[in-house]
Amino acid sequence: MFSALANPQRFMSFSRWAAPLLGAAAAVLIAVGLYLGFTAPEDYQQGDTVRIMFIHVPAAWMGMFVYACLGGASFFGLVFRHSLADAAARACAPLGAAFTALALVTGSLWGRPMWGAWWVWDARLTSVLVLFLFYLGYLALQAAIEDEAKADRASAILALVGLVNLPVIHWSVVWWNSLHQGESIFTRSGPLMSAVYLWPLAIMGLGYTLLFGSLWLVRTRAEVWRRRARAAAIRAAG
Amino acid sequence: MLDLDMGKYAAFVWPAYGVSALTLIGMVVLSLRRSAHWRKRAEQLRGEDERP
Repeated sequence: MFSALANPQRFMSFSRWAAPLLGAAAAVLIAVGLYLGFTAPEDYQQGDTVRIMFIHVPAAWMGMFVYACLGGASFFGLVFRHSLADAAARACAPLGAAFTALALVTGSLWGRPMWGAWWVWDARLTSVLVLFLFYLGYLALQAAIEDEAKADRASAILALVGLVNLPVIHWSVVWWNSLHQGESIFTRSGPLMSAVYLWPLAIMGLGYTLLFGSLWLVRTRAEVWRRRARAAAIRAAG
Repeated sequence: MLDLDMGKYAAFVWPAYGVSALTLIGMVVLSLRRSAHWRKRAEQLRGEDERP
């Protein structure tokens, strides 16, 4: 499938119908997830703040997942010099930065009533902040280098270096004493939380994932058009 | 039944949902606008390019 979509023409005709389809599915899932989230009972310890989990955890998942996509696209762009891979990488970064910022802000709004602090220099929080800084660094590097081919290459290298941070984020709650809650879904003994919380969380997670998929396609299409416009402008000038 | 009374945590729960809604809607609007802008620009330039 990936090799078929590597052809820009085929990608454009596929994404033309796939992007709105994914977007519509995401809207339905998020609506259902919100409904289930606001009909779930209050947590006996965390009260109503447990509802922040349904938007905080999917945003944090997406921050990491989008970075993995950015790293994958950057790898293909760097190794195979494929322009569609470069376009896909460029399309990822602002979306990933927005999801990561959301994870940090909603986490802070959850942390204040539960931990008594908006922010702590905890391993999980700090490593997610580093992830956000990698996104900003990627975007800044893209904007700073005028030659697009050089900008793509330099930012791809930065994106690949940043991949090291993903396992650090994931294992931070195991490697260090952390105020942040440990892994409670993908454990060997199965999810540790009740189904009334797990279902809305899973549905919201899937909704966020499909939303990203849809917007990734939309932004990659925009990038393909931008490159076509640039090529046409250069031809017209020359 | 929907429980929209967040009690003493309303000042934390609603801003979290508000900022999430604004960000997600913003991402959708900006992405669609960007796509429409570059599509139009590419078609304009291609039209000029193909003109004799």
